[in-house]
Amino acid sequence: MATRKKTPAGTTPANKAVSEETATEAPREIGERDRVTLQKITDLAFSALAEVRRGKNPALSIPVRALSNVSFDQEAGLIRLGESRQSRNFFHLKQAKLFMQTFLIAEHCKKLIEAGATTSIRDIYYGAKHSVAGTKENTFEEQAESDPIIEDLEVTIDALREELHLRAENRGAMVGPMTIRDTGDTIDLRRMGSGGWSIPSIVEDNRIEFMKTEAEYILFIEKGAVWARLNEDRFWQKNNCMLLHGSGMAARGTRRLLRRMHEELKLPLYVLTDNDPWGFYIYSVIKQGSINLAYESMRMAVPQARFLGLMSSDAEKFNLQANVSMALKDEDSARIEQLMRYDWFASKRWQEELALMKKTQKKYELEALSSRGIRFITEEYIPQKLRGRRGDSWLD
Amino acid sequence: MNSIKTPDGAADPMTTEALIQDPEALKPAGRRASAEAMGAKQRDISVSEFFTKNRHLLGFDNPAKALLTTIKEAVDNALDACEEAGILPTLEVSVEEVSDGRYRVRVEDNGPGIVKEQIPKIFAKLLYGSKFHRLRQSRGQQGIGISAAGMYGHLTTGKPVVVVSKIGRGRPAWRVEVRIDSRTNEPKQLNDKNDTVTWEKDHGTSVEIELMGLYRGGRTSVDAYLEQTVVANPHLELTYKPPKGAPVHFPRVSDLLPPEAQEIKPHPHGVELGMLIKILHESGKRHVAQTLMEEFSRVTHAVAEELCKRAGIDPNALAARVDAMKIEALHAAMVASNAALPPIKKFASKVARSDGNLREEVMEEGTGFSTPLADLVIRKAGLEPTLKAKAVTPMMVEKLYQSLHESQVKILPPPANCIVPVGEALVMEGLRRRFKGEFFTSHTRPPAVYRGNPFVVEAGVAFGGTLSREDSADVLRFANRVPLLYQPRACAIHEAVLKVDWKSYGLQQRKGELPVGPLAIFVHLASVWVPFTSEAKEAVAHYDEVVREIRLALMECGRKLGTWVKAQQAERWETQRKTLFEKYIVELAASIHSITKVSEESVKKDFEAALPNHVRIALPPVEGGVPSAGGAVEAGGEEIPAEADASAAESTAPVEARPSDRPPEMSDDGEGSPFEDVTPGNTRQLVLKMRPKSGRK
Repeated sequence: MATRKKTPAGTTPANKAVSEETATEAPREIGERDRVTLQKITDLAFSALAEVRRGKNPALSIPVRALSNVSFDQEAGLIRLGESRQSRNFFHLKQAKLFMQTFLIAEHCKKLIEAGATTSIRDIYYGAKHSVAGTKENTFEEQAESDPIIEDLEVTIDALREELHLRAENRGAMVGPMTIRDTGDTIDLRRMGSGGWSIPSIVEDNRIEFMKTEAEYILFIEKGAVWARLNEDRFWQKNNCMLLHGSGMAARGTRRLLRRMHEELKLPLYVLTDNDPWGFYIYSVIKQGSINLAYESMRMAVPQARFLGLMSSDAEKFNLQANVSMALKDEDSARIEQLMRYDWFASKRWQEELALMKKTQKKYELEALSSRGIRFITEEYIPQKLRGRRGDSWLD
Repeated sequence: MNSIKTPDGAADPMTTEALIQDPEALKPAGRRASAEAMGAKQRDISVSEFFTKNRHLLGFDNPAKALLTTIKEAVDNALDACEEAGILPTLEVSVEEVSDGRYRVRVEDNGPGIVKEQIPKIFAKLLYGSKFHRLRQSRGQQGIGISAAGMYGHLTTGKPVVVVSKIGRGRPAWRVEVRIDSRTNEPKQLNDKNDTVTWEKDHGTSVEIELMGLYRGGRTSVDAYLEQTVVANPHLELTYKPPKGAPVHFPRVSDLLPPEAQEIKPHPHGVELGMLIKILHESGKRHVAQTLMEEFSRVTHAVAEELCKRAGIDPNALAARVDAMKIEALHAAMVASNAALPPIKKFASKVARSDGNLREEVMEEGTGFSTPLADLVIRKAGLEPTLKAKAVTPMMVEKLYQSLHESQVKILPPPANCIVPVGEALVMEGLRRRFKGEFFTSHTRPPAVYRGNPFVVEAGVAFGGTLSREDSADVLRFANRVPLLYQPRACAIHEAVLKVDWKSYGLQQRKGELPVGPLAIFVHLASVWVPFTSEAKEAVAHYDEVVREIRLALMECGRKLGTWVKAQQAERWETQRKTLFEKYIVELAASIHSITKVSEESVKKDFEAALPNHVRIALPPVEGGVPSAGGAVEAGGEEIPAEADASAAESTAPVEARPSDRPPEMSDDGEGSPFEDVTPGNTRQLVLKMRPKSGRK
């Protein structure tokens, strides 16, 4: 929160916080990819400067990240960002601060790239936070303010978060018959114990390399608890598959990793989630992308992903007792209605599934399968599902 | 002392006591003195004796007030004289402390001077003067003031009034030392009747009075009085030598002498019975109609005949011979024409609620109706005067109303050329001379009438600048250009100020209190006969017509002020906006510098240079009083007809609602006005409130 210190003109700006943080990491040559990103940031600043020199109101043109500006590309099976953009002007009472904040984040990202450092979005919040000169006001009051600004910057200059050298917390885990190189360390994912390899937020090929694998497919599970069950049963060993979980909604790193494995290793992807609208949506995000990150669908979505369950129709098929179900809550019902209206849930089978859930007013957690026996999920449910027919055992 | 006269004195302890002590009084029961004994003691009371005992009636109730009143009377006289003679007044007022509590007041003017013979009477005879017997706008009215001041001076110090007066170049400057004989109310010159002094002035008068007084500051001080006099008299050049400190000079701000006030005859609406009797009796050999035409304004031959007809008088009868009953009828006809008939609805509801009969009701309504006239009017409507008012049907009320209406002789209101207001421009000049404000405005109402007396109300306001923000508004009251300093709460002007809703003009005001803020309010009532509450001329009486006119004038000023205040607020918001951008420019410049390596200073300059293109700082003009965009306000003000209902005028006042306008370059996200974010919580409401409902036309 220290007042911004003036950097003497002409000298290389070296933010103290950043340089300290990067002290552990060796400085490196700026790669081609980083050079492009740096150029984008510099261009943005120069264009604002050019506008203001002509007496104009400098503006950032930010793609709108909302349902109104996304469309479902049926052919590619992707949610794509539309063309509409909103203008963020500096000479505007409501936008002046946001405009300033955007450049503050841009400045910090540029320093990170130049220093070859990566930082968490929380770090950058602290790094960019200080009091506005001569006031008691802070540049950012809370991280909830800086996070959307980061996303704004990403879409505005069309750079990925990783390209801005920003990362989020590690989230999700992976085990399976594969060896990878993680920033120089060779890791055998068969020897990860009960916790698995924690998936970082940046999994680009300059950090994570796939060495060799015997895996035949990827199984993504919504919940860590169920994943732990499967890991304990060495499911991945018996079935030759990569086993991942996302601790709920798959984070960017997990999604990008799934995409890379699917694309580079040609592995089919199966997704196992709870039987509720939230589970369904987790699947749809992995498969088609999300509204908020629609601009990244291209590099994160796996349109060929298959939904293994839990389906509403599974209850009868696998003889799940009524007592393991849960009643739908109001918010669940509302969410079902929303999903039914999304273009990417428009297929007949999905509409049937949603309608059935709505009709029975029941939802099931993956753990409900344990009511049929502790290894029911690994020995009967999944194998049977994998063998079954499309639209019946699994859904697109 | 009432108890002594009580006829059934037995109940009175004092009388009982008297009975015991004075056996003689026992005979004629309860009497203490015989008519003869009492008659021996009865004699004339000289007006001067009366005022010696009742000095408070003239404004000499305490030393501080006495000093002020003395100066005031002398200044009033000087100004009246100058104006009547068409001379731009140059006055010198000096107050000198002779000894503790003893002051010598000297007021010198450049007026026409006074002829030698008149000097003693003017300065040492109460109720002597030229102004009482005419109806004409002047500061002095009764011819009491200056003589009373001289009398007070003599009473407290034993010193006579010293007058020096010269009526022209080459004429002697007479010096007169005079005092009043309070028994006879006659002047007594103390020096040689042919005393002269050398005086370099061509003409003028100087009066010097020594008196026991108290010089102090504050709202009712001599200084305050003179400062205010200067406000209402922009054509006055005044030098004031206070008892302590350096002389103060107020240069003339206007070389225009106010136009000469025309003397008018009384208007029939305002005449009192006694005055009518006097006029008729002193009419010599003239006929009634002729007398009425010659003695009253706006009485044409037709009107005179109509009045006589109603009173049952032959217009060609000798006026002096008309009997008392008929005069009363004539008077009733004259004032009935002024019967301020309420609207029929109000009249009907009043009648319906009345406990009396129709005669009583009508006599109350038609001020001055005599019983026979009331009966006549009622019978004309086909009704009986003794009918209970409650029993009257709406149809009957309508007929009665019609009859009342017809009973009125239509007489034109008195001519207005007898009133000389200060004028809007000069009121503002005067206020500027007195206050270092930021905004000035004024408004002069068209002439109006109370009790047959025409009057004009002017109001002005000074706002902002060095005026105190925390205190209540400063209310400057004037009657015929004379400041009124005492008894503000008893004054109609004060009442009218309270009746205005200043909050709607962006000021603070608690209910029933003066508005608070950097505001000075000027109200001037000009009339041929100002209705004072007392002879001390301290407060204006509460005539509805007067209060209403003052209120309307103030509201007009308030509207203009409100517009300006709002424009100021808008400007403040703009400044806030500017500050907001300026602080972010500093941040932004640092970031852009860091990214582009363009020097921080240069980036900052570029942004600051572009700032004015996007933030509008519009300064409303201080001069002239009305912001440029509020030109409509001025035009609008003039469009409002004089008789417009106050509330209607208020609601149609066009007000610039700039804060709600959206500067086009700021509004591209459809999120509403960029003002909304920074404006204080209440302003939006304020803006909405002040927005004109629709176009005026």
